[in-house]
Amino acid sequence: MAMGVIPADLLGSALTGNRRDLARMLTVIENGGAFEIPEQSPWTLGVTGPPGVGKSTLIGRLISNWADRGERIAVLAVDPSSPRSGGALLADRMRMSTADSNDSVFVRSLATRNHPGGLASCLSPMIDALAACGWSRIVIETVGAGQAEIRVVAFADRILLVDGPDRGDIVQAEKAGIMELADIVAINKSDIPNSQQAADSVRSALEVGGDSSVTVHLVSAHDGSGIIELLDAIESCPASGVRDRLRVRERLLSVWDSRLLAHPRLNEVMDALETGSITLDEAVEIVGLSED
Amino acid sequence: MAKPGLDGHDRGAKVIARALRDGGHEVVYTGLRKTPEEIVRIVMDEDAAALGLSTLSGAHDVLLPAICEGLRREGLTEVVVFAGGIIPNGDHESLHEDGVRAIFGPGTRTTEILDFLEIARQRIEDGEPVGVGENSGWRWE
Repeated sequence: MAMGVIPADLLGSALTGNRRDLARMLTVIENGGAFEIPEQSPWTLGVTGPPGVGKSTLIGRLISNWADRGERIAVLAVDPSSPRSGGALLADRMRMSTADSNDSVFVRSLATRNHPGGLASCLSPMIDALAACGWSRIVIETVGAGQAEIRVVAFADRILLVDGPDRGDIVQAEKAGIMELADIVAINKSDIPNSQQAADSVRSALEVGGDSSVTVHLVSAHDGSGIIELLDAIESCPASGVRDRLRVRERLLSVWDSRLLAHPRLNEVMDALETGSITLDEAVEIVGLSED
Repeated sequence: MAKPGLDGHDRGAKVIARALRDGGHEVVYTGLRKTPEEIVRIVMDEDAAALGLSTLSGAHDVLLPAICEGLRREGLTEVVVFAGGIIPNGDHESLHEDGVRAIFGPGTRTTEILDFLEIARQRIEDGEPVGVGENSGWRWE
């Protein structure tokens, strides 16, 4: 993040299309700053799934096709921060082949950060900032490996779950509860064996769950097959659906987590927990339900 | 952390990226074979404070000045640029003059690179020039 002086009219400049100032504005928001952004109705897609299934490569395919259709695509690629050092290695964009050279594509890598007021509180204003600056398709990518990442993706209005041909991966996704949130499922790597089988088992899992509104697509980010069909399905997916309530719940939990982590007595409470001088229930009492 | 040009060896870049992460930095790795224009674009979109360039191909004397010039052209003058890989001593002076603040060769301890970034951060806090477009003779040696 840049540490220089914040220009007085970063927002104004970003709104006129200054890409560098948009990027700097996102940094300010990420660090807890706020802007008076005009009311927006952003178009958002969350993309998640187990590690290594090809999410970033698939997003790379989607953004190329969107760009061909005249859309301007912004991607917020979220990777976890190291709990030990607080640092993060962000390498999603290297898999998105058009990310670095196309004027209609803006990719920003974000670390979840473990510090107070983490990603949840800044994600909505970031999305609004991007929408205000004319980015017509906003994609949020996370690894669907844990609740924290799933909560991030719940900030999007439609969710794409990506899986690979190994059936084991999606079981992990089911365990984490992401299946219930997904509007569309893509089984990637259709160019290698077992992907049809994986798609079939996801379909039957969804049927058991009684959810017929979720479509399953067999795609290959590698050779491009099935991408157009997937893109059309994403485009025709309504923003509000049966999963609204689940999504709102994840957003609520997300903000709640941030509040807890930002609590002024958090360290004191954790010290007391560590030494065993209070119980977990007492700790919850101390941080309380109010905001002070 | 970026890999400019055609060389396909990124073990070094990955080790450095990992070491910087373990040192508490948020590191964006660009992947292989990026053009100077792409690297400048990535620095801009990511609003990166520092740019590490790893090169082993021998093309550093063309690629690195092009990247530094691109950063200045786009107004990214405050970005701290450092380099590593195989860069002969005889080429260091002109790269420093182009705005590369540190050049780390084989055998450098990763802690030294963390120290460099910390000193650079302190200089920025103190308002001392350290960016690629800020006139300064400062270099890490």
